[in-house]
Amino acid sequence: MVEAFIPKSLSECLELLNTHDLKIVAGGTDMLIQNRTHSSLPIGYKGDVLYISQIEELKNIYEDNQFVYIGAGATLETIMENLSVSKLLRETILEMASPAIRHTATLAGNIANASPAGDSLVSLYLLDAEVELKSLTNTRRMFVKDFIYGVRKINLEKNEMITKIIIPKLKFSHAYFKKVGPRLSDAISKLSFSGAYLVELGRIIDFRVAFGAVNIYVVRSPGLELKIIGKTVSQLKNQVEEILNWYEPLIKPINDQRSNKNYRKEVSLNLLREFIESLN
Amino acid sequence: MMKINFKLNDQIVEITTDPNRRLLDLLREDFNLTGPKEGCGEGECGACAVLLNHEIVNSCCTPLANVIDQEIVTIEGFSKTKRYEVIKDAFAKMGGVQCGFCTPGMIIATESLLNKNPHPTDYEIKIGLSGNLCRCTGYNLIVEAVKEAAKAGEGIW
Ligand SMILES: Cc1cc2nc3c(=O)[nH]c(=O)nc-3n(C[C@H](O)[C@H](O)[C@H](O)COP(=O)(O)OP(=O)(O)OC[C@H]3O[C@@H](n4cnc5c(N)ncnc54)[C@H](O)[C@@H]3O)c2cc1C
Ligand code: FES
Ligand code: FES
Repeated sequence: MVEAFIPKSLSECLELLNTHDLKIVAGGTDMLIQNRTHSSLPIGYKGDVLYISQIEELKNIYEDNQFVYIGAGATLETIMENLSVSKLLRETILEMASPAIRHTATLAGNIANASPAGDSLVSLYLLDAEVELKSLTNTRRMFVKDFIYGVRKINLEKNEMITKIIIPKLKFSHAYFKKVGPRLSDAISKLSFSGAYLVELGRIIDFRVAFGAVNIYVVRSPGLELKIIGKTVSQLKNQVEEILNWYEPLIKPINDQRSNKNYRKEVSLNLLREFIESLN
Repeated sequence: MMKINFKLNDQIVEITTDPNRRLLDLLREDFNLTGPKEGCGEGECGACAVLLNHEIVNSCCTPLANVIDQEIVTIEGFSKTKRYEVIKDAFAKMGGVQCGFCTPGMIIATESLLNKNPHPTDYEIKIGLSGNLCRCTGYNLIVEAVKEAAKAGEGIW
């Protein structure tokens, strides 16, 4: 029988991770579906599990001058309602799943699940978000983009867990997230896009775009962004076609039942065009 | 097996069971609460919805371990409240019920929404109901029912 550990404190939790081989369950909205068996049987986990939802100290959201720190146990809904959290991230979460899912699902779970269709990832890459990883003896910080290194592949030691998501406080003139999917909610997204810019006196001070679900990882190119930063808005708008060509080779959609390949590439580039045209 | 305590429809319950069970199975099998139904079993339809600490969750994707020491209200418990009467009357008046399969979930979603936001806009109502599928009504009648409930129940949320 699968054993369940349900610690009340973080120290107890890290102790358990250090001594047992355990799979973490937070909200369980991915874990229960992935391990679904017949109704009325216990959840079909492949091994022993560690439930972290009872750990109050993981639910805090707080900030300092530079960053907002989101506890790994905070639900998507509480993050969405917290005004200290980046507006872009809050708007991204509003597009994820439904209220019932958001009331239990966590951001850490969305990151650790490392699905190319994970909606939060686009905005987290764009914001240069980091995760704090803790084991009994060690604490380290890593960019989300380095934490995820492939489909369902993450840089997490067996005795480690995500304890926080760390979001830099950035200033943008405007930022938005867009998801192209079949229904308002609950659609594991076909395609997503985040864009953000800061313009002062007509000149571009910051420019970031990220594409989700078009490749096996989120696509963002700081190199191309640097080529755009420093231009004036009108220069950028005159160069739209050229910039779409820069991005085109980076966008290699995966072909699956959800959406046709060329369609996804075309839509991605259209989202970029629309974003550039929105600058002012 | 372990001893699990939580509040269910206003009563503290204690049960010895496997915390790796789904809340939905526990409610239906151990407590004979059959208002929450298994539609999809994958979090997509809302037929299994209950209130966890006054907020809607899908009991098909909630492990029992996550309700320890928390408060669960099912449609059976909620139906003893004044708020339920208001919502039920509004659904009846506006034609928000046809076959009724989705109705317990829709009522739970309505309570979860109005509890947080007693005066929702149409857009907020659509978001509030976005996790609940209805094959019969085409949703507009349900949106109207929620608006009617908010109006008729002025002051109780
Ligand atoms: C109906 C439905 C609709 C959905 N819609 C969307 C959507 O629109 N967009 C989207 O992106 N996703 C969606 N999802 C997927 C899911 O809800 C999200 O990925 C959610 O954020 C997962 O969080 P959780 O807490 O439930 O994760 P869990 O299921 O508890 O865990 C997910 C994974 O993360 C690991 N994990 C969790 N917490 C930690 C931690 N602290 N440290 C290390 N590892 C950890 C687990 O071991 C597991 O591998 C949907 C799911 C359902 C059922
Ligand atoms: S049965 Fe739970 S959401 Fe469909
Ligand atoms: S009334 Fe039949 S599913 Fe909604």
